[in-house]
Amino acid sequence: MAIDEARGAQPMIVFENVVAGYSPSLTILNGTTFDARAGEITLLIGPNGAGKSTVLKTLFGILTPRSGEIRFESRRINARTPRELLADGIAFVPQGRNLFGSLSVRHNLELGGITLPRADLAARIDEVLARFPRIRERIDNQASTLSGGEQKQLEIGRALLLRPRVLLIDEPSIGLSPKLVQDVMTLLRALADAGTTVLMVEQNVRTALKYANRALVLEMGRLALDRPAAELLDDADLNRLFLGGHVKAPAA
Amino acid sequence: MSVVADDVALARTRRPLLRTANIAIAIVVVAFALLPLLLKSYGTYLCTLFCVTLMATYGLNLTVGYAGQMSLGQAAFYGIGAYIAAIALKAGISFYLVLPVAAIVCFVVGLLIGFPALRVQHHYLAFATLGFNILVYLVMRNEEKITGGTYGISGVPRPTLFGLSLDGVLAFFWFTLAATLILIALLGWLLRSPWGRAFAALRDNPIRAESLGINITVYTLLAFAIGAACAGIAGVFFAALVQFVEPAPFHFAASLMMLLAIIVGGSGRFFGPVIGTVVIVLLPEWLRFMQNWYLAIFGFAVVALMIWLPGGVLSIPERFALGKVRR
Ligand SMILES: Nc1ncnc2c1ncn2[C@@H]1O[C@H](COP(=O)(O)OP(=O)(O)OP(=O)(O)O)[C@@H](O)[C@H]1O
Ligand SMILES: [Mg+2]
Repeated sequence: MAIDEARGAQPMIVFENVVAGYSPSLTILNGTTFDARAGEITLLIGPNGAGKSTVLKTLFGILTPRSGEIRFESRRINARTPRELLADGIAFVPQGRNLFGSLSVRHNLELGGITLPRADLAARIDEVLARFPRIRERIDNQASTLSGGEQKQLEIGRALLLRPRVLLIDEPSIGLSPKLVQDVMTLLRALADAGTTVLMVEQNVRTALKYANRALVLEMGRLALDRPAAELLDDADLNRLFLGGHVKAPAA
Repeated sequence: MSVVADDVALARTRRPLLRTANIAIAIVVVAFALLPLLLKSYGTYLCTLFCVTLMATYGLNLTVGYAGQMSLGQAAFYGIGAYIAAIALKAGISFYLVLPVAAIVCFVVGLLIGFPALRVQHHYLAFATLGFNILVYLVMRNEEKITGGTYGISGVPRPTLFGLSLDGVLAFFWFTLAATLILIALLGWLLRSPWGRAFAALRDNPIRAESLGINITVYTLLAFAIGAACAGIAGVFFAALVQFVEPAPFHFAASLMMLLAIIVGGSGRFFGPVIGTVVIVLLPEWLRFMQNWYLAIFGFAVVALMIWLPGGVLSIPERFALGKVRR
């Protein structure tokens, strides 16, 4: 799977010297520069606290960059709100549990499509359910009663309701069994192959590299490395080199 | 109406239960509508006051229970509605004009009161809304030219309905009950729509809600504004019921009692305010024979309830169900 460098692909997302943080005195991204291309899975890795989640949050408009530029299809999107970005085709699945546990599966999906015209919503929900038969079976259950894997599927499905062209996803493998991790990765691979730009943060580096096209290593809020995923996978010193020993033993 | 659908305990075995629940609700409503036929006029007055308070607590349940915002200012909106009604009705303006005007004024003030909620949460928000309630109370008490100060405004006329007088206690009770049911039905419809569910999303996890494109600014403000509008409507009915308004019923202590009603019934449960309002409106009357002991017993009962049933009275079925699973 992981793969050749189709470097011809157009960058969908560009970060150029982005400086951002949670308060004026706390700078997390220190001039971060990278790009992510259509039809690829771009994997963002690095030690805990490197700023990986911060990259996604800044890209999605939850944080505003203090300087630098973020571009989506060559358009500057620095000051956009999450709602505007969603409407433009960027969806975000944050780290951790993102469902509304007290609501049913269907209601979670309906909320995911809250920005869609009502007339389209039912058809879009059917479209997503066709991809996730397990979720379809449990459509009237309370979301908190789903298994961890089902919950992650539902979160991804909910993000796909808007047919995003860019999918940002933060540590999707947390809490999932190796089999389920592979299912999620296979799904993301299929999305990328269908033309979606996938930007994924993942600690489960070895598995993720098998599915990704490129790997970016972030250290202290700066890009430390940008290499084809396949090359990095073959690097025997992977853990020691870039990850400061923070990475858990790769899943069997 | 099948508004019970949101109640978590019922989610799993919904269809048959829903029908039974709806029949049960219909029976309770009809029985309650007929109850005053057996009561003296004070009893009927209490039943009407119960309906009036219910409109305000239903609104507060949206703000606090569903949207997860803290508010200790509901009685201020209730009071604003009541004073607008007292002044306008005495000036001969139609009840049916006063009602939407009071609702709109409270809606707008509620929007403004929602702004602090965009920046602060929980106890800070409690203090902000409490401050608002105290301010409104002081205006009612001190602006004598408009509000009559501590003497209040008396002789508020009751409305008529299609030319029929509503001066009788029974007629006014049924009128108020019908209005309360309509308001509850509207809230039920709202809360079952995707927009209504966004309120629960806001409560569960505002940042996640935002990443789905839910406009959390708008929803936070709306949660206050709609809750306030309900209290404003309740205030109009209150003025017409009592035919006299003074500052006392709108003291922040009344806001505390309404908040208590929400918590006791089960915050964010559709029928929670019904139980809670029984507790704050009717229970004190039943305990009245205990005279000075009443407040102590009432306080003790509430503390005990919160310890044993932190999810409110309506969480009993779930506790029961969970208990069975564990064994
Ligand atoms: N909401 C926040 N407010 C203030 N500081 C934050 C916040 N979230 C993260 N930080 C800080 O920003 C830095 C980068 O955090 P970030 O979540 O981007 O790291 P990460 O690379 O995703 O780490 P992990 O692998 O642990 O998820 C950390 O030092 C963290 O403490
Ligand atoms: Mg992170």
